[in-house]
Amino acid sequence: MIHTENLTKQFKQVLAVDGLSLDVKEGEVFGFLGPNGAGKTTTVRMLTSLIGPTRGTATVAGFRVGRDDTAIRQSVGLLTETPGMYDNLAAETNLRIFAELYEVADVKGQVEKYLRILGLWDRRGDPVGTFSKGMKQKLAIARALLHEPRILFLDEPTAGLDPEASHLVREYIGDLRKEGRTIFLCTHNLDEADRLCDRVGVFRTRLLVEDTPANLRRSVFGRKVVLHLRAADETLALRLRGLSFVGEVKLVENKLVVTLDDPDVHNPDIVRLLVGAGADVIYVGELRHSLEDVYLQLVRSE
Amino acid sequence: MSKIRTIIRKEWMEVFKNRLVIFTVAFLPLLLTAIPLVMLYTMRGAATGAMAESLPGELAGQLGGSVCPSGLSDAECNLVFLISQFMMLFMLIPVSIPVTIAAYSIVGEKATRSLEPLLATPITTLELLVGKCLAAVIPAVLSTYAAYGIFALGAWLIVANKALVAALLDARWLIAILAVGPLMAVMSVTFSLMVSSRVNDPRVAEQVSMVIMLPVLAGFFGQVAGLFFLNEQIVAVVAVIMVAVDALMVYLATRVFQRETILTRWR
Repeated sequence: MIHTENLTKQFKQVLAVDGLSLDVKEGEVFGFLGPNGAGKTTTVRMLTSLIGPTRGTATVAGFRVGRDDTAIRQSVGLLTETPGMYDNLAAETNLRIFAELYEVADVKGQVEKYLRILGLWDRRGDPVGTFSKGMKQKLAIARALLHEPRILFLDEPTAGLDPEASHLVREYIGDLRKEGRTIFLCTHNLDEADRLCDRVGVFRTRLLVEDTPANLRRSVFGRKVVLHLRAADETLALRLRGLSFVGEVKLVENKLVVTLDDPDVHNPDIVRLLVGAGADVIYVGELRHSLEDVYLQLVRSE
Repeated sequence: MSKIRTIIRKEWMEVFKNRLVIFTVAFLPLLLTAIPLVMLYTMRGAATGAMAESLPGELAGQLGGSVCPSGLSDAECNLVFLISQFMMLFMLIPVSIPVTIAAYSIVGEKATRSLEPLLATPITTLELLVGKCLAAVIPAVLSTYAAYGIFALGAWLIVANKALVAALLDARWLIAILAVGPLMAVMSVTFSLMVSSRVNDPRVAEQVSMVIMLPVLAGFFGQVAGLFFLNEQIVAVVAVIMVAVDALMVYLATRVFQRETILTRWR
C-alpha cells in the first residue's frame, strides 16, 4: 500500500529525510518511531502529497507522489500532530465541511456515524473551542475517517492526552486495524507502538531498522531466559556455559540469566541439567525487553 | 465548484461569528453613504442661494463642461462636482472591507493549525484560492452596491430637481460602482491573500494589507486637490486597467501560494 524508494527531502542546508526505502503492506499497522526532529512529520507530509520529495519515489495506494497528488489526498486519511479544528464552529459543522471537501456521497450519514462511534454525538452542536483536548483529538480522528480511506496516517495520535483519553484512542486504532485499514503510525509512545504495530521502523533522518517488535528485541538483545533457583552459585553457571547452545550466562542473586538462540527447544535441557546438579528450579521465564529498551539502544548507538 | 462553495460557506461561518467583523463590514459603507447624503441635504438650499452667486460657473468652466448636463444651474453643477468627489471614497468600500476578511484568511488557518488538514483534502490550490477570494469579494461588492443604492435613494428623496439626481447617478457612477468596485475588490483580496500567505502573524497581515488602500486614498486627495477629475472616459480607462491589474494579481497570488512553503516555513 505504501512503497518508497530512496525518498529524500532536503530543506536548503537541512537534510530532513535521507534515502528512505520502505514497504508497508495492506492491512498492516506500521509504527514510525523516532526522536523529535527526526523527520517523521516530513515523511508523512511527503506520503500524503502535502510536500514533494527532493529525490526518490513513493507510491501510496498505487498512486505516485508528485504526479497523482489529488488522488493520493482523496485516498488517505491524515491525523495531523495538532487537531487543527475550526474552534468557532460546531463539531458537526467541522465534519460537514471536510466531508464535502472529500466529496463524500452521504455527508449527513457519515458525519453522524463517526460522531456516534467516537462518542461525540451529544455534543455535535457545541463549538469545538469548548471541547477538551481528548475530544478534539477524537473529532480529528473522525475527520480523517469521513471518506473511509483505506490508508491512515496518524501523527502522534495520543500526544498530550490524559491516560483515559489515550486508552480510548488506542482502542479505536485497534478497531481500525481489525477493519483491515493500513495504518502508518508516528509515535513517541513506544508502549503504544508495541501494542498496536505489526512492524516498526526506527527513524532518525534515515531508517535505522525496521522489523516486528519481537524480531527487533531478538536482534538487538538476543533471547534471554531467567531461571529462578532456591540457591544459585557460580558452579551452576559454569556447567551451563559448557553447553554448546548456550551463549552468555549471568548470575544475579539466585537467578541465572541465560542467552539462548531458541528457548523453546533448549529450556528442557537446561532445566534437566540444573535439576541433575541438585538445584531447585522454582520458576523459568523469558526476559522480555521493552520496545523502549530497543529504541534507546538503537538511537543512542547512532 | 462544490468545493469552492464549501470554502466560501466555511469562511463566512467563521468570519461572521465575529461581531466586530460584521461591524467593520457594515460601518464603513454606512459612513461613506451618510457623508455625501448629509452634504446633499445641507447644501441643497445653497444651490439656489448664496452659493450660486459666489461660484458662478467657475468649476464647470474649469472642467470643460464635462460634469454638468444642460439644464442645471451653475450652483447645481457645483453641487454635482462636490458630490462627485465622493466617488473615490465609495471605492474605499470594496478595497477596505475584503482586507478584514482576506488578510486573516490564510495566516489565521496557519495560526489555528487548521491549514494542514485543509490542504490534505483533495481540494486544488486554485479551488482553495478562488473560494477564499470570493468569500471576501462577495460581501465587499454587496456592501458597495447596498451603499450606492442607499445613496441613490437618499439623493432622490432629498433633491427635488430630478435632472440633478440624474447627474449624480450618471454613467460615471454606474461604471465606477458596478465595474471598477468589484475589480478593486478582487485586487484588494488577491493582495491580502498574498500577504496572508507570506506572514506568520494575523496582525501583521492586516496592517500590511491596508497598504492596498493607499492608491485609492491618493486618488481621492488628487481629485480634491484638482489634479484630475473622474469623468466618464477616465473611469472607463480605470476599469480596463483594473482588469489587467487583477489578472496580474491573480497570477501572482497562485504563484505565491505554495503549499509546501506555507506548511514548512510556518512556526
